[in-house]
Amino acid sequence: MKPAEYYQRDRTLHPPAYAPDYKTSVSRSPRLPLISLQNSASEITGPVFGHRDIDPLDNDLVRNFPHGGDPVGERIILHGRVLDENARPVPKTLVEIWQANASGRYRHRKDTYLGALDPNFGGCGRTLTDENGYYFFRTIKPGAYPWRNWVNSWRPAHIHVSVFGAAFAQRLITQLYFEGDPLIPHCPIVKTIPDPEAIEQLIARLDLNATIPLDAIAYKFDIVLRGRRSTLFENRLEGN
Amino acid sequence: MPQKLDYLRETASQTAGPYVHIGLAPKDAGFEIYQQELGKDIAGPNAAGEHIRVEGCVFDGMGSPVRDVLLEVWQANADGHYAHPEDGGPVEDGFRGWGRVISDFETGEWGFDTVKPGPVMGRGGRQMAPHLNFWIVSRGINIGLNTRMYFTDEESANATDPVLNLIEWEHRRATLIAARAMREGIPVYRFDIRLQGDDETVFFDI
Repeated sequence: MKPAEYYQRDRTLHPPAYAPDYKTSVSRSPRLPLISLQNSASEITGPVFGHRDIDPLDNDLVRNFPHGGDPVGERIILHGRVLDENARPVPKTLVEIWQANASGRYRHRKDTYLGALDPNFGGCGRTLTDENGYYFFRTIKPGAYPWRNWVNSWRPAHIHVSVFGAAFAQRLITQLYFEGDPLIPHCPIVKTIPDPEAIEQLIARLDLNATIPLDAIAYKFDIVLRGRRSTLFENRLEGN
Repeated sequence: MPQKLDYLRETASQTAGPYVHIGLAPKDAGFEIYQQELGKDIAGPNAAGEHIRVEGCVFDGMGSPVRDVLLEVWQANADGHYAHPEDGGPVEDGFRGWGRVISDFETGEWGFDTVKPGPVMGRGGRQMAPHLNFWIVSRGINIGLNTRMYFTDEESANATDPVLNLIEWEHRRATLIAARAMREGIPVYRFDIRLQGDDETVFFDI
């Protein structure tokens, strides 16, 4: 690989730091502009993960927290590809997910929602993409979840997704939503994103072709990370 | 209408939310699930160089500690090489250079043990002063914030660092320089991050 830089992040499609309808962002957003940095070795490199880091069952949320049975809820396959903006697959990259259970309850010491915990559901998973950038998880479709923003705010069903890519500059955390969920257009966190097409890109689509008959419904969710130039830095890294 | 460019568009960021620990640090969320959690050992047992501790707190615009923050760090080894195939140099067996740490739920304090990185070659053959790259996410942060931590005892390297020198306001550079103190024979660097307001930390669009 050559020391080439990544395309500039298009911040018109990402949420701005300050999005006042999502109240917590008001005091947690920088007031001064970001300083733009051309990529150096510090940004075009990033952590490398391998199969030694994770367990093969880590991507199966139906089975990775067994306490005497299977979790309750709608069994789903979540699958897709991790690509870059040039539509090239991102192979062997770490994808991590976390979510509430079917009742909208998170297994977290700080979650006090009255939805019941499921004794057989932890709510996290991780996997590496294959050589074609493909990944899949088996899980339970999460429930909607109330939160203290406005008096009556509910998050749509969602799964949090963390992806590394090949460079620290590609690092991304996002959330995936489910096709047809009527809560999506009401959510202040969804609406931090100014671009309607960028919102649609976060909605996983029902995928009947990948459904496992009599077992699990499938949703497809592709993830796009920053693309990369084909040319080197204008000056060589070693400076000779 | 001209032709459309056929690039895909990057997936939009969303906040990591208050329960980020479930996915990225489940023991801290309160349950055991993985054989090993990632990001706990940054430098590995064979790392050369000065072993240091880095500590700090992230503050919001009201001056309150952010008690649900997650930080990732990415750094070179003591020779200035990253553990990545695109960096030319070798690193020690077990040196990953990447770590993940969360703040204490009550105090907001975070900290990790590592080695002090060496200088890394920057653009145009200009050496960068030793630094740690940070990525910060939490509830209320819509897109991860990138910053760098530099070392107060690298005064001459800091003075010529090409990235610090990009910051037009000289007093803002100080927000990236961690103070050094000794505790029980180990150098401890204090790196407080202010998201907003007085002495707001410099964040980068990388």
